[in-house]
Amino acid sequence: MITSQERPVPSEPVRWLDRPENVRRVYYAVWFLCALLLGLELLIEKHVETAAEHWFGFHGFFSLLACVVLVLAAKLLRRIVSRPENYYDDC
Amino acid sequence: MTIAELTPGLTLILGSLLVPLLRGRVRSIFLISLPVLGLAHLSILFPGEHGVVSFLGQRLVTLRVDGWSMVFSWIFMVAALISSIYSLHVRTPLQATGGMAYAGSAIGAVFAGDLMTLFLCWELTAVTSVLLVWAGSGKNAYRAGMRYLIVQIASGMLLFFGALIQLNGTGSLAFGHIGLSAPGGWLIFIAFGIKCAFPLLHTWLPDAYPEASEVGAVFLSAFTTKLAVYALARGFAGTDLLIPIGVAMAMFPIFFAVIENDLRRVLAYSLNNQLGFMVVGIGIGTEMALNGTAAHAVTHILYKSLLFMSMGAVLFRVGTVKGSELGGLYKSMPVTTVFCIIGAASISGFPLFCGFVSKSMIMSAAGQGGYVLAWGGLMFAAACMFHPDIRVPFSAFFAKDSGKRCEEAPINMLVAMGISAILCVGIGVAPAYLYALLPYSVTYQPYSASHVLAQLQLLMFSALVFAVLVRNRAYLPDLRAINLDVDWLWRRLGAGMSGVALIVWRSAAGSVGDVLSANFNSAASLITRHRLPDGLLIRSWPTGSMSLWVMLMLFGYLLLYYVGV
Repeated sequence: MITSQERPVPSEPVRWLDRPENVRRVYYAVWFLCALLLGLELLIEKHVETAAEHWFGFHGFFSLLACVVLVLAAKLLRRIVSRPENYYDDC
Repeated sequence: MTIAELTPGLTLILGSLLVPLLRGRVRSIFLISLPVLGLAHLSILFPGEHGVVSFLGQRLVTLRVDGWSMVFSWIFMVAALISSIYSLHVRTPLQATGGMAYAGSAIGAVFAGDLMTLFLCWELTAVTSVLLVWAGSGKNAYRAGMRYLIVQIASGMLLFFGALIQLNGTGSLAFGHIGLSAPGGWLIFIAFGIKCAFPLLHTWLPDAYPEASEVGAVFLSAFTTKLAVYALARGFAGTDLLIPIGVAMAMFPIFFAVIENDLRRVLAYSLNNQLGFMVVGIGIGTEMALNGTAAHAVTHILYKSLLFMSMGAVLFRVGTVKGSELGGLYKSMPVTTVFCIIGAASISGFPLFCGFVSKSMIMSAAGQGGYVLAWGGLMFAAACMFHPDIRVPFSAFFAKDSGKRCEEAPINMLVAMGISAILCVGIGVAPAYLYALLPYSVTYQPYSASHVLAQLQLLMFSALVFAVLVRNRAYLPDLRAINLDVDWLWRRLGAGMSGVALIVWRSAAGSVGDVLSANFNSAASLITRHRLPDGLLIRSWPTGSMSLWVMLMLFGYLLLYYVGV
């Protein structure tokens, strides 16, 4: 049973996320949370398993670097492995 | 034999045979009552080996009750209950029958105390689960199902031969710790590895699961691979080779997950990535690591089925789960959106969600055990995995509004998702209940301020990269395309080469045939010629020449006699 319609309903109420200023708020909230988490590290005593984790902001910056590597590598991978949707249709 | 000595898998397998005979509300009640009965059955089991059968002089144990089998059978039975509720809107009985028999065989395998019972259940999971793939639509589902079945049966065959070699070498079929150096150890290891989707052996998973029906993928996501994890933990705990295998599994599928357009295929790749964590835990082999593996299998089944259920609901209502065609569905399916976000938060390992309390056990075991490279690899996977995990709800429910509007998911789907979501949050908030089920006693404490902060930093900085790139339109767009995986080798290269080989064979066979037929014709005419009246074999010979030949033969005999042959 498929009941989707292709076009938005004109009488739909405007939702919170439909307003660009709210999307911008969400975006800056992510920046704020990252800064807050770095700041909290100064207040919390660390109990960690490896030596590298003692460095300030290790988990945050490790994640930042890892994700940049992921996106760049994935863009390269897509160039190599991406094919049209019907690529396997005849086999 | 009392009911406490029968494997609980039988309840579901036998019950599944009755499903096609029932209709409407009666079938719905029956489908829910099967796993409920199964749960009641589990609660009356007591530790030890039961249901012992003697077959061809071998002792087969159909019901081995201990910490490992109990934790996996509990979660399998819960998954069967959730999946059966999720399937109630389907009017045809095929999927429910296949799904229940599949769940029952997986539970039977978990309780198997010997390799032959394990093999039987192993193969039964293959043949019952393929029905769920074939329940998907179109020829793609049929073809993917065939490929899936071939791989699963091959895994079973390797297990069978490995078991026979073990029997020949040790005289026993008992299924305990095996190790790679045991007779048949490598064969059994590869059999488990295929079902666990080891790197390069994994393609059946992202190939078949996204082609299954919306219900089929939910069943499939719970049982096959976690059964393999269970079998590896039983047979190969502490095998060092599993650590690099697990790290590779945890890392590489992420790259494919972030560029994939089919959101259920994204989930299949991320399923493979989560299995990597469990395999590393088995490789480390300490009690803490093995507890982590068992705990992660439990939480993984819950959040992964929740994610597959939410995408199944989208597929059911909208008719597609391609990221490039979706967006803005939170307006139509707000409850499903919330459930999907809970699933994504759980798999990402946000504190207060179930993934956090299980994944961190494995990572801590790797860190404390001095496996620095493995720890680094898992940390990379944990940070990056947030991207495909967040992409699923983002592309489907938010992103750019596709203009598609639909109804909210049917009530049975919402109930099933609700149970999973409650368990995801419940275990995340109160992990002690999960830890009490684990095979070894747990002293691990996931909720320290330091650990929570570290995990939040890992996830929020990952979210920051995502947010910055999406906002600046620099993130990987959802493209209408497929991505090649290793299965290209046999789906394209292999198929192409077999086509070339066929052409070469036909032309070679033609020229060889020409040569052969020419030689055959000359040989035939030679024979024919000597059978004609004046031919060598037919024409009359003088008696003198006959005597000469007899004399020569006797002379030859005499010569051989003296030589002493």
